[in-house]
Amino acid sequence: MKLEGRLARLCGYGMTAAADAHLFQPTCEDDFRALLRLARLTSRKVLLRGAGRSYGDAAILPEAIAVGLERLNRVLSWDPTTGLLVAEAGVTIGDLWRYTLQDGWWPPVVSGTMFPTLGGAIAMNIHGKNAFRAGTIGEHLEWLDVMDSSGAVHRLTPDSAAFRAVVGGAGLTGIIVRAALRMKRVPSGDLRVYAQAVDSWDQQFEVFERFAGDADYLVSWVDCFARGKSAGRGLIHAAWYAEGSPATLRAEHQDLPDTILGLVPKSVVWRVLKLLNRRAAMRLLNATKYRLGTVIGNGKTEHQSLVAFSFLLDYVPNWRWAYLPGGFIQYQSFVPKETARWVFENQIALQQERRLESFLGVLKRHRPDPFLISHGVDGFSLALDFKVTPSNRERLWELAHEMNELVLEAGGRFYLAKDSTLRPEDLRRWLGPNLEEWRGWRRRFDPDGLLVSSLGLRTGLIEP
Amino acid sequence: MKRYERAIVVGASSGLGRAIALHLAQAGSTVVAVARRGDRLRELADSSPGRILPLVHDVTRTEEAARAFADACTMAGGLDLIVYSAGFMPTVGATEFNTEKDLRIFAVNVLGAIAWLNQAAERFQQAGHGAIVGIGSVAGDRGRRGQPAYNASKAALHAYLEALRNRLYARGVSVATFKPGPMRTEMTAHLSLRNAMDPEVAAAKILAKAHVSGEHYLSLSHRFVFAVLRNLPSSVFRRLPV
Ligand SMILES: Cc1cc2nc3c(=O)[nH]c(=O)nc-3n(C[C@H](O)[C@H](O)[C@H](O)COP(=O)(O)OP(=O)(O)OC[C@H]3O[C@@H](n4cnc5c(N)ncnc54)[C@H](O)[C@@H]3O)c2cc1C
Ligand SMILES: NC(=O)c1ccc[n+]([C@@H]2O[C@H](COP(=O)([O-])OP(=O)(O)OC[C@H]3O[C@@H](n4cnc5c(N)ncnc54)[C@H](OP(=O)(O)O)[C@@H]3O)[C@@H](O)[C@H]2O)c1
Repeated sequence: MKLEGRLARLCGYGMTAAADAHLFQPTCEDDFRALLRLARLTSRKVLLRGAGRSYGDAAILPEAIAVGLERLNRVLSWDPTTGLLVAEAGVTIGDLWRYTLQDGWWPPVVSGTMFPTLGGAIAMNIHGKNAFRAGTIGEHLEWLDVMDSSGAVHRLTPDSAAFRAVVGGAGLTGIIVRAALRMKRVPSGDLRVYAQAVDSWDQQFEVFERFAGDADYLVSWVDCFARGKSAGRGLIHAAWYAEGSPATLRAEHQDLPDTILGLVPKSVVWRVLKLLNRRAAMRLLNATKYRLGTVIGNGKTEHQSLVAFSFLLDYVPNWRWAYLPGGFIQYQSFVPKETARWVFENQIALQQERRLESFLGVLKRHRPDPFLISHGVDGFSLALDFKVTPSNRERLWELAHEMNELVLEAGGRFYLAKDSTLRPEDLRRWLGPNLEEWRGWRRRFDPDGLLVSSLGLRTGLIEP
Repeated sequence: MKRYERAIVVGASSGLGRAIALHLAQAGSTVVAVARRGDRLRELADSSPGRILPLVHDVTRTEEAARAFADACTMAGGLDLIVYSAGFMPTVGATEFNTEKDLRIFAVNVLGAIAWLNQAAERFQQAGHGAIVGIGSVAGDRGRRGQPAYNASKAALHAYLEALRNRLYARGVSVATFKPGPMRTEMTAHLSLRNAMDPEVAAAKILAKAHVSGEHYLSLSHRFVFAVLRNLPSSVFRRLPV
């Protein structure tokens, strides 16, 4: 098949960063080699792109040859006795669970949406709500195949030093072509989910630590408008794999319903959200959500399907359009447990002072991992969503830079998949000596610097 | 004015094009400035370092337009707006018929425009976004005694732009034609113009409406006067002192 490209507008998921690039969608390994040659011939750079679910500018680059991986999407082998799955990089997380759940297996790590590709997930080394137990996706790979910019393919295993650079390498250390992933055995398609409202930061951390010992998943929502004694209030969900009938393993049991509350068609929900998507309404909505949480279901356990619990955001198609026209940025920082409270408390106080509160706050527990570009800490992360408008943009970036300072002071880390605001000086302080080591591997896999992304340039991952 | 991150201005070394390039750069755009006189372009670039990038090119060399366009897009890091302002209006004697001169007018005002704007149209059509601005003229509204080929060239440009507009409408690409009246630029330096507009003023007006598809005059009075003139029968029009 002839490989044809077209000019396409590539957008970060938050819709704040976009660029036109020449998009090609290869279907086999040789296509990659042809595209690497084409890039050299036309003196263009190569951008790798999965499903475009990174929030910022990780998967965009103006005028590049953009290599979209979504059509390289075959499951190559699957062994339901061992749970080892080999797939091409463009297979999505949704494809993965659909393939294996009937046999009683679930992806070991999933993001809050099922659209990301395996390649994109490895390149960013994603984590899930089970990060404190299962770590990141890179820790569940048997091996991966990566193509360097000369076209040669290398099989890397976790014991090789290069593996530590390519996992989390943000598309700048070669093209991940395929990988072998160890799936997680599950007793059924359901989880037992326990909900508890917490009225302050103190309670947040206390309840988190209580469940971190034995829960399989743990996540909390934080009301970023609450202040004073209520600061840090929210709703914690802890979940355990549940025993259940084999029927729960079927896709029909898992699939998300077409209506919300059995009434409202999902497709219109973003329009309603858009109307509410302003500071005053969001303050009220957050407060209401908390109040409801203290009465409905508080302290109770219920069964939920794996899909419904894991991919809550996929319930509302195109929810991000509620942030149009300016889009939004997500800001997630990872802080050691000793200093997490201090950092998050101050981050939220800063937002309130600037009247730039995040409309959504999500708290998770993490553990360290062995990768060179890593967001893993023995501590917590707080993910925040900020609406961007022409009038707040500058102040918002300023706020982010101040929040960075808090994180760095506390020995914290960042996550490139969600980043839009990191500067080279922040990146250097975060990565320390790992940065040079990682750049060394980048030079090995891509000596002439063919692989580039806007994020790589902005953050200084790529040497200027 | 809508914000354009990346723009190309063809005919940016003087007059209206230069003013548009400066205006865009001040608003934060990255602008590739195209014209023949490299020294002028470099001077312009020096006034907005990093924002205005010079590209020397002769629009009459239509066979080189595709390459130059691609280079310009790479230099700007993409493209959101293209302005074609290059134009040529030599003095023409009252009884002069000079084919060489006339063809040259068409080469700059029409053929160059087609060569550049076809490239932009194709790119924007694929990307599903972008703004095309062509600088026509009130002179293209009627054929007058003084400038047959220039009038015809602007009329041709207007029709070409209208067709682009109708083609690209469904793709979310805007095509705007601006029809300035007399402006104080090098083109008109030898004429003693009354009521001429400063190119800076014209540039601001043009950029304010650059994303609005359609034909635009730069003043309300032009809109009225030319609505009348356009509809006058030839037999009446030829008696007017224009
Ligand atoms: C609603 C939502 C919820 C999310 N929740 C979470 C979450 O809970 N946890 C979490 O960790 N993340 C989360 N994310 C982020 C998301 O999981 C990551 O951004 C992931 O990398 C997206 O994968 P993608 O296929 O869309 O890759 P893209 O966004 O297209 O690309 C990501 C990076 O990977 C590179 N890349 C892509 N394919 C390859 C390849 N084959 N080889 C080498 N490099 C490649 C790209 O160059 C780019 O740098 C969430 C995102 C959204 C939109
Ligand atoms: N001035 C008026 O009264 C008036 C009125 C209505 C409409 N217009 C139109 O407005 C536009 C701008 O005119 P202006 O008044 O600004 O005139 P100007 O000062 O003479 O500028 C003309 C520009 O076009 C460029 N150009 C001419 N020939 C070119 C070529 N072969 N290749 C590349 N660039 C070329 C020139 O650059 P180089 O010479 O450096 O190449 C210059 O930058 C023109 O389309 C004109 O027809 C002018």
